[in-house]
Amino acid sequence: MITALTVLLGCQLAGEVAARLLGLPLPGPVLGMLLLFVLLLGRVRLAEPVREPAQGLLRYFSLLFVPAGVGLMRHAGRLRAEVLPIAIALVVSTAVTVAVTALVFQLVARAKGER
Amino acid sequence: MGPVERVWVYLSATPLLWLAATLLAYEMGSWIFRCAGGSPLANPVPIAVAILIALLHATGTPYETYFEGAQFVHFLLGPATVALAVPLYQNRVQVRQALVPMLTALVAGSATAILSAVALARWLGASSETLKSMAPKSATTPIAMAISEQIGGLPSLTAAFVIATGIVGAVLVTPLLDALRIRDWRGRGFSAGVAAHGLGTARAFQVNELAGTFAGIGLALNGVATAILVPILLGWLR
Repeated sequence: MITALTVLLGCQLAGEVAARLLGLPLPGPVLGMLLLFVLLLGRVRLAEPVREPAQGLLRYFSLLFVPAGVGLMRHAGRLRAEVLPIAIALVVSTAVTVAVTALVFQLVARAKGER
Repeated sequence: MGPVERVWVYLSATPLLWLAATLLAYEMGSWIFRCAGGSPLANPVPIAVAILIALLHATGTPYETYFEGAQFVHFLLGPATVALAVPLYQNRVQVRQALVPMLTALVAGSATAILSAVALARWLGASSETLKSMAPKSATTPIAMAISEQIGGLPSLTAAFVIATGIVGAVLVTPLLDALRIRDWRGRGFSAGVAAHGLGTARAFQVNELAGTFAGIGLALNGVATAILVPILLGWLR
């Protein structure tokens, strides 16, 4: 457990430092994910004990968004004043994005002749 | 000072109360989710958020006080994002096979997310600040906030839009893809990650591990795509 946490936080830390040093437009945790992926590909011993705790953490991924979600209350004024344009744009745009992404994925996957 | 006030003075000064409340609200959300037979409409996140906002209102607690407790949960978002590398590694063969469909769908989806949100909100009369803050809404929060700042939006408003988008996406992705008869877990997950970042990814993991893996890749790739596309597309729309 502690080894796993050390590896995860170590990769995140390396990612945060790299993002700032190199001025990359990516957040540290995303770079940390890439780093851990490379470590796993290289079969680095340290990465092995990470598997189970990582999967455990991902089972509760949605819980981790609750504090940020409560932050919606800080924008109650504007959200109320522009409720219709905001709500319609967010809902319709998100639905259309899901549909377009999934349909294009399916179309290209089929055109490539797999499945 | 009466005993109730003494307890309240203690509780409002420690992170314990709102940390526990966050977990409890999520447990209640999960319980309602299970009672609703796992219906995507009863997603635990918006339920927990609604319970907590109501509680904070009722007790007159500012968000900053709440966050002092909730930050411990919030902090785990970083290591959890790093942990996405594990399913990515385990499914690496399937990921490599799907590279072309993924990258094509990424460009189409990322551009759709930005253009449709900005065009619709403008047509419906949203303010210029709202439009700029909304443009990067499908990217993961830190990337979206940085883009918003760069194009003259309000980063904290962008964070609110990102979360709202994630909640909407997590709720509608399953019924919508069922209606479209898309059964491929890879495409289903990938679209959830591109359109609704981490919350879409969390939803995908609830349903299927392969879908969750592809959602995680969608999340990471769309962060980059949005950072590149928003400045270009907003220039077109002007």
